[in-house]
Amino acid sequence: MSVPTGPRIITSRFDVADGHTYSGYVRTGGYQSLRKAVGTMTPQQVHDEVKAAEIQGRGGAGFPAGTKWGFLPADVHPRYLVINGDESEPGTYKDRMLMELDPHQLIEGILLACYALNAAQAFLYVRGEMALAQERLAQALNDAYANNMVGKNICGSQFSVDITLTWGAGAYIVGEETALIESLEGERGMPRLKPPFFPAVKGLYMQPTIVNNVETLANLPYIVGQGGGDFKSLGAPTSTGMRMFAISGHVNKPGVFEVPNGVTTFRMLFEASEYCGGVRNGGSVKAFIPGGASAMWFFPEHLDMALDKPTVDKAGSMLGSGAIVVMDQSTDMVAACWRIVRFFARESCGKCTPCREGTTWLERVLKRMLDGHGRAEDIDMLFEISESISPGIAWPPRQTTICPLGPSAVSPIASAVRRFRPEFEHYIEHGRPIDGVESPFATHLATHV
Amino acid sequence: MTDTAAPKTTVSITVDGRAVEAKPGELLINACEQSGSFVPHFCYHPRMSAVGMCRQCIVEVEGPRGKALVVSCMTPVAEGQVVSTTSEPAKRAQEGVLELLLANHPLDCPVCDKGGECPLQDQAFSHGPGESRYVEEKRHYEKPIPISDLVFLDRERCILCDRCTRFASEVAGDPLISFTSRGNNTQVMTFPDEPFSSYFSGNTVQICPVGALTASPYRFKARPWDLEQVESTCTTCSVGCRTVVQSSRDELVRYQGVDIESVNWGWLCDRGRFNFEAVNSKNRVHAPLVRKDGELVDATWSSALDAAGRILRTVINDKGPDAVAIVGGARGSNEDAFAWAKLADALGITARDSQLGDGMPAEVFALPQATIAEVCTARTVVLLAPDLKEELPVLYLRLRDAAEKRQTRIIEVSPRATGLADYAWKSVRHDPGDQPRVVSALLASPDVAAQLALGNVAVVVGRGNLAESPEFSLLAVGAVLSAQPEARVLPVVRRGNVRGAVTAGLTPQRADGDTNAILAAAAAGKVECVVLLGADPFTDVPDADLVRRAFAGVKHVIAVDTFVTESSRHAEVLLSAAAYGEKMGTTTNCEGRVSDVAQKITTAGTARPDWMIAAELAMELGVDLGYSSYGEVHAAMTAGIAAFAPVAEARAVRREGVVIAHPAAVRITAAATSAAPRLTHQFRLLVSRVLYDQAVSTSQSPSLAPLARDAGIHLHSSDALRLGVREGSDLRVAANGSAVVLPLVIDDAVSRGVAFVPFNQHGNDIRVLIRHDAPVTDLVIEVI
Amino acid sequence: MSRLSSERVTIAQEIVGRFPRKKSALIPLLHLAQEQDGYVAQDAMVHIAEMLDLAPAEVYGTASFYEMFKFHPIGKYCINICTNISCQLVGAWNLLHHAEQRLGIKAGGTTADGLFTIEDVECIAACTEAPALQVNYRYRYKVTPESFDGLVAELEAGKLTGEFPPHGTLATVRQETTETWSNRGTEAQAKVDAR
Ligand SMILES: Cc1cc2nc3c(=O)[nH]c(=O)nc-3n(C[C@H](O)[C@H](O)[C@H](O)COP(=O)(O)O)c2cc1C
Ligand code: SF4
Ligand code: FES
Repeated sequence: MSVPTGPRIITSRFDVADGHTYSGYVRTGGYQSLRKAVGTMTPQQVHDEVKAAEIQGRGGAGFPAGTKWGFLPADVHPRYLVINGDESEPGTYKDRMLMELDPHQLIEGILLACYALNAAQAFLYVRGEMALAQERLAQALNDAYANNMVGKNICGSQFSVDITLTWGAGAYIVGEETALIESLEGERGMPRLKPPFFPAVKGLYMQPTIVNNVETLANLPYIVGQGGGDFKSLGAPTSTGMRMFAISGHVNKPGVFEVPNGVTTFRMLFEASEYCGGVRNGGSVKAFIPGGASAMWFFPEHLDMALDKPTVDKAGSMLGSGAIVVMDQSTDMVAACWRIVRFFARESCGKCTPCREGTTWLERVLKRMLDGHGRAEDIDMLFEISESISPGIAWPPRQTTICPLGPSAVSPIASAVRRFRPEFEHYIEHGRPIDGVESPFATHLATHV
Repeated sequence: MTDTAAPKTTVSITVDGRAVEAKPGELLINACEQSGSFVPHFCYHPRMSAVGMCRQCIVEVEGPRGKALVVSCMTPVAEGQVVSTTSEPAKRAQEGVLELLLANHPLDCPVCDKGGECPLQDQAFSHGPGESRYVEEKRHYEKPIPISDLVFLDRERCILCDRCTRFASEVAGDPLISFTSRGNNTQVMTFPDEPFSSYFSGNTVQICPVGALTASPYRFKARPWDLEQVESTCTTCSVGCRTVVQSSRDELVRYQGVDIESVNWGWLCDRGRFNFEAVNSKNRVHAPLVRKDGELVDATWSSALDAAGRILRTVINDKGPDAVAIVGGARGSNEDAFAWAKLADALGITARDSQLGDGMPAEVFALPQATIAEVCTARTVVLLAPDLKEELPVLYLRLRDAAEKRQTRIIEVSPRATGLADYAWKSVRHDPGDQPRVVSALLASPDVAAQLALGNVAVVVGRGNLAESPEFSLLAVGAVLSAQPEARVLPVVRRGNVRGAVTAGLTPQRADGDTNAILAAAAAGKVECVVLLGADPFTDVPDADLVRRAFAGVKHVIAVDTFVTESSRHAEVLLSAAAYGEKMGTTTNCEGRVSDVAQKITTAGTARPDWMIAAELAMELGVDLGYSSYGEVHAAMTAGIAAFAPVAEARAVRREGVVIAHPAAVRITAAATSAAPRLTHQFRLLVSRVLYDQAVSTSQSPSLAPLARDAGIHLHSSDALRLGVREGSDLRVAANGSAVVLPLVIDDAVSRGVAFVPFNQHGNDIRVLIRHDAPVTDLVIEVI
Repeated sequence: MSRLSSERVTIAQEIVGRFPRKKSALIPLLHLAQEQDGYVAQDAMVHIAEMLDLAPAEVYGTASFYEMFKFHPIGKYCINICTNISCQLVGAWNLLHHAEQRLGIKAGGTTADGLFTIEDVECIAACTEAPALQVNYRYRYKVTPESFDGLVAELEAGKLTGEFPPHGTLATVRQETTETWSNRGTEAQAKVDAR
């Protein structure tokens, strides 16, 4: 199989033993783009390169970074950059690697963004459970400050920025940008309604704020160094650049890969020896999640689809945060569905009634099925509860909630029940999975909720 | 739009097919309701920031980008919007949310205090799916837990609307309750060992949309369908909050705040909210009492009036009308005060005072007046007042809000940090007696001068210190008015209807006719009869020694009261008075707003309204005041006193009431002078009120009485250090030849060299050290 | 049961200095408290409230939202076993079950000797290395029942103290910038002050 591969842009130092240190970073060309920007470019020129790159945000929503930056109202200060390193979407595993293995690249990206945005302060918010990433970033920041890469008059220029490193304490919802802002303000991480609280206008401390994902910003040294046009040419016109995907589940070689965006297909990722090398035990794909637990599931008929944002969107799902989970024929779809719903039920912030009550209700019903107490009417009820959270149960989801977390719990139900309804019915009737399917609780009935 | 086109001042939208003109920026939920489409909601409250979290108020809006479901409580109106509150998708969403809200909500309406007046119950009927399909186990929590002395929380009933928690932090500034945990485990809780002891806790009970929060004075007292109610005005303090008074089986059971724009915005303080218990008290005087063989015993009205009449006639005949004095009248209605003033006029009694030596000279009412709303929208407010949080709590809420919204800068000048110190732009401490000098210095400082020069200045003035002459604050006001002639003044006096009583004529009619002078004359044997109109000098007059001597010297005491108090127990005749809620009337708050006070229940026993007692006593004395009904007194008052004339024009004094002006405008222009400085080894005494004290309405309310603290002397920590004493140590405090022992409370809100003693608490009484004719009270403190 | 030590108060003050508003330091300070005691003690919350001008209820309100904060002592080693989808697909429940048997506790419980707590947690961002777990928020990948037993044995023997500092300690390197220049006199702060 001929599979497209590309240069390693943001993962280039993953194999360099000291790539995470200041000296290792500088030795391998680090901070050149920053010098170039502050020495030879105006902030607008940096912004223009990012626009030209057409880089789509890597945090989930895929909104073009250059366009988002343009929403900042002119001349309102202070304005802030907030870096979203809260990576918690099930299946997602790439921001942590970027933070652990190449922290200076992220710092350089942050500085470039601050330069373009005229922001004097950035807050780098790392997920609470990532001790090594916190440690590496703290060291990297200390070294960068010591070498005058961060702080006052960076590299002898007029440009000054502070980066404050901080981290969460265990709450998936804080990955949502307005919840992250609340958390940064010392509050419970509950999302704000947009509108009126669009961060670019009323963000941190009600000041204009740009929130970007770690991977998005890690691309900036390359974009500024090589030019936005160069970056754009690496992927497809509708999904530019290289992009990280984490493929987990039932493949032979699960892993995180930097892939030319928009041209590679799911099948290539799963089967090619350069990537995952096929489904385990020579099996076949029963279903897969193309972009994190919030996404609608895909099935074998989607395998030859390219990882291209508009294509995937049109097919009724999303690439989200680049988290692909592969399920082979032996997968218990009721259990898989339940596990994802349990995630959202546990992680609901509790602000919206439909999410707080609805996700828990969905989870209880599914759990009851797994425990052998399902009722015939439960399947319809699952859809009706779902309808109360996400009217129409469609994609992109409509919502009765503030943020998309509630509706996200509907995706696995809509996907699994619609496609594998007999498996649910079998559970209701017999209290166990259909033949040929392996319950994940073989030795351990689902006693944990 | 060109410059010439008149800008459109309304936004045109369509609500359920009707064309509606809304105010720009108005929220959809309000625009819909105004136009007649009620949108179900739980978290939205018009006096708090919208959080949009219950999701109940979803409506469908068609805008330029198609139809969308939005929460109407956070969506402002926009030109051309087409709104449907009842479209299929909107209804489906509303039903869905309701079903989910009810999933975990206990269906125990029959035993729930809120049953019958519960928005959740009502909306479940009107907008709900009908039946619950929730078969899973509901959330379980320990049954109602007390979160304060007055409030219970049932977490199973809570629908997590954030109203109580928002109220606590946003409105009251007491963030003592918070959401805890997350998601489906979210609950409202206090910090362990730190109860929700806010002066405003009762409001959370009122705004709770379900029965999760209940107030101990009301729990299980009544069912909503048994309740009768009437709108009224609270007279606990001079803010005059609008209320509804509710009764069940002819007993008061609950007061609720009514949202009026000019005064209380729907809020009440807990003292005002819960002191209905005193009205119901078994200790009330149900019939007139007459002293027989040294004991007060029940009497008939005719014999009691006869006895009172005889005393008055004898004293006036023998010694002339100057031997009779009337003290009190500020707890009753305007009409009560008017009738008594008329009786006094008829008898020639000129010594009458509705204040008890604890207020302000009546001329404060004649200063250019500011309304509460004007104060709360002023650019600058100069506070020369007692701690408003303690004395006029809802005015504190309003001013706090003004400061938080950054529309008002507060300059607080006081001997101790008041509740508003944290919100003040400038907060200046001074020794008692030194306020005029400090204010003058402040006015001379460039930033304050610049701030005041912006105009729209209001001064709030009141009796901040009962151990200090009120003249100092008057001088300080004078200084502000000289610097800022346009400034307006809000006089804040503690008792509910001082202003009304003064306007009605219960105010000294001669130079030495105030309460202190009356008591002094009584002590000297010159006043032989004192009539107490709901007044209790033994607990309220700051100079305790003077009261003692006066009661020793006076021959006759006639009391009109609802209770046998420290003072009224000295009466020869005690005429049992109708209490709040038992009589009609009007009242006048501190800004001069006259509004009605309603009767809700029949009087205790044979008690009568004060005005009726005045009229009957007049008859007894051969004078016909000409009133035999409330309507007639009210008419006579509005006809007879020019200041009250607008009240008659306003016909029914409903809701917002009518603001009246004081007859005479005065200007104080005296130069600012202060008392002599304190000697360094001495402390200067600050005595002021706290919300819960031994006042009759509080001490006779079983739920409130325990909230009064024990007496103590508050000193700054550095003073305590200097004296080498610790919290709780007993200190001997001496002045004017008397001494009391009080335990030390370390309190850094007090400025150094000042000793603060809260007024009228359990324990040794600081008032024995206060002399009414001393400008300040200096203390010698000894460690024992 | 303790307030923050004076040494940690100094660190706390540095952290506060890095934010334009005090309350932003709340979560970092709670971590500091948990680092000190292994959990967030009630007195520590009162202390933090004092430092940040908050009511203790506000501190607890925020703290209790976040799962990592514990309000009672837990094991010295908190073993978080991920059971989310990628791990579930390759045997996470078997691993959790095994761990429960091995340590004689249920998920959420702590061993009697106070050494171990097990938690059944959501995705820990190691999905391609499933089944994965964390000990005090440091990873072990592709864990089998056998490798789990080995890990426990080593922890019991005190051999891994370098790799796994006690519960509560996250990064062992702190950001050093003590006062950020950009917070001095920022407009936002000025507005807050200028009441
Ligand atoms: C429930 C929820 C969880 C999210 N979690 C994350 C996350 O962990 N990391 C992240 O970068 N973005 C996350 N996002 C997306 C952010 O809200 C935001 O769009 C993103 O950080 C913007 O960065 P980008 O434009 O660079 O992608 C989440 C969104 C939602 C609704
Ligand atoms: S949808 Fe769920 S997670 Fe999102 S704000 Fe509402 S309750 Fe919180
Ligand atoms: S009233 Fe609008 S969301 Fe609750």
